[in-house]
Amino acid sequence: MTSWAVPWMALLVALGATARDFPQPQRVADGVYVLEGAREHFSRANGGDIANTGFIATPAGAVVIDTGASLRYGQAQRAAVRATTGRDAVQVYITHAHPDHFLGNQAYADVPVQALRSTAERIARDGDTLAQNLFLLVGSAMAGTVVRPPTALAAPVLPKGGVSQPPTVVAFGGRRLQLIALQGHSAADLAVFDEATGTLFAGDLVFFERAPTTPDADIAPWLAALDRLAQLPVRVLVPGHGPVVRGPEAIAQTRDYLLWVQSALHEAAARGLDMNEAMQLQAPERLRRLAVLQAEWQRTVVHLYPAAEQGSLPRAAAAR
Amino acid sequence: MRLLFSICLIGALATATHAAEPASDPLRSPLWSGMRQRMLGSDPVVFDARVQLRMPASAENPLAVPVEVRFDGLAGAERVLVFADLNPIPKILDYRPGTAGGALAFRFKVEQSTPVRAAVRTRDGVWHVGGAWLTAAGGGCTMPSQASGNPAWQERLGEVSARLWPRSDGASRLRLRVIHPMDTGLAGGIPVFHVEGLALHDAGGRELASLQLYEPVAENPVLSLDLRHRGVLRIEGRDTQGNRIHAEVAP
Repeated sequence: MTSWAVPWMALLVALGATARDFPQPQRVADGVYVLEGAREHFSRANGGDIANTGFIATPAGAVVIDTGASLRYGQAQRAAVRATTGRDAVQVYITHAHPDHFLGNQAYADVPVQALRSTAERIARDGDTLAQNLFLLVGSAMAGTVVRPPTALAAPVLPKGGVSQPPTVVAFGGRRLQLIALQGHSAADLAVFDEATGTLFAGDLVFFERAPTTPDADIAPWLAALDRLAQLPVRVLVPGHGPVVRGPEAIAQTRDYLLWVQSALHEAAARGLDMNEAMQLQAPERLRRLAVLQAEWQRTVVHLYPAAEQGSLPRAAAAR
Repeated sequence: MRLLFSICLIGALATATHAAEPASDPLRSPLWSGMRQRMLGSDPVVFDARVQLRMPASAENPLAVPVEVRFDGLAGAERVLVFADLNPIPKILDYRPGTAGGALAFRFKVEQSTPVRAAVRTRDGVWHVGGAWLTAAGGGCTMPSQASGNPAWQERLGEVSARLWPRSDGASRLRLRVIHPMDTGLAGGIPVFHVEGLALHDAGGRELASLQLYEPVAENPVLSLDLRHRGVLRIEGRDTQGNRIHAEVAP
């Protein structure tokens, strides 16, 4: 890059006039690549590219996990799959029904795109609303994006009575992947585990160095899902948002954050705080380095405080 | 340099104009002059930092935006009107703090980005106005209530949950929740139906504070009120169809 170009690019970014560059595929294990999203909330500057996506090269072709927030992203991702692996995509899995993870599906019109049954149903039902809301936040980066709902996987199935069900093993050219059905971040969360390299695509069940989002969260099953993922022989963990890790730290940090959220909501309700007061509470020191912490906590209060406060307000006796 | 000087000159002129008309809207709402007339009439109006309206900058849930209004530093407050300039139904709530009422908080439905105001009238007849802009993707007022799609709510209509928390200096925090659909009348085929009035009385029947609620207040309203009062409270109210709401809460 020439030296005069740098200030001009900085200016364009500052004006939000251009979407950020498409992320470069990082090789995180043998045949496993990750496209890391911005550790931010949706904006015109990031064009909605805030989630991690990835792909696994197999002798049969590439398996893609999540397709990003727009047609533009899906197309660039598919080009990166071809350029990196020398093969096209043969299969796409969508981890859950949040718009930063499935709106690139359109670029895979000729490839099977699958998700857990309730994810497929939610996208078919609410996908257009989710896409419209995202359009208001990110603007032109989503130009031409149309919702293409995934088809439903017959298996695996969601946990029953809080107990996770056996994974489904699929193989592409002999490369075995475990599909694990969990819930808690949303009503249905699919995790994909590559047995050959011990790489776990955890979807948004795991965040790292970026505060988790909670618009459809149910914290108790989410914690149970983390326990289930912690039992896998993971060597590389790809969180839904934040950097790839090789140890237990991302699962541990997500659990730490969720336990704090659970107790902070409960204590705020028990003290009689209203929502705006609860939003001012501060996370413990060790969690304060998480990106977008206070903004996500405020959103979490909107999502989860109504249920927490119900437990603090007993039914009043009718007056005489 | 000349350009800079010109800008400064324009700035000075603008300041002079503002000084002559103190009620210039700090939120620069396109509808302020009409809204002021409609909500506050011809009474004198001042923008006053002692009226604090706190809410998130954007509406994460357009069906329930949390708002807190404080006016602790203002003596002689007798009425608090909360409204949103650009909402299809601007008036949200009209609160008479009476002898005991202080800060209040509640949640409301928003249709689009709008200034949200709290206007506090003091005994001298002056409205003291505070407020903030809310960014919203919209849809809050024209979406059907959850209750309208579920007949089970009728059995719990008007049910009150409440609790009092003692605060310092003989004060209390009351939080209360009323089961009610709060239908705005703007969602297709669902007529307007909302809690209209609520009053708080002490054990001796003396009124401590009262509120009028309007269509934008969120479904199953949750209110927080700071009261200069300790002891039993009676909550009395009604909705637009005349259903009575009545409950008693002890510390």
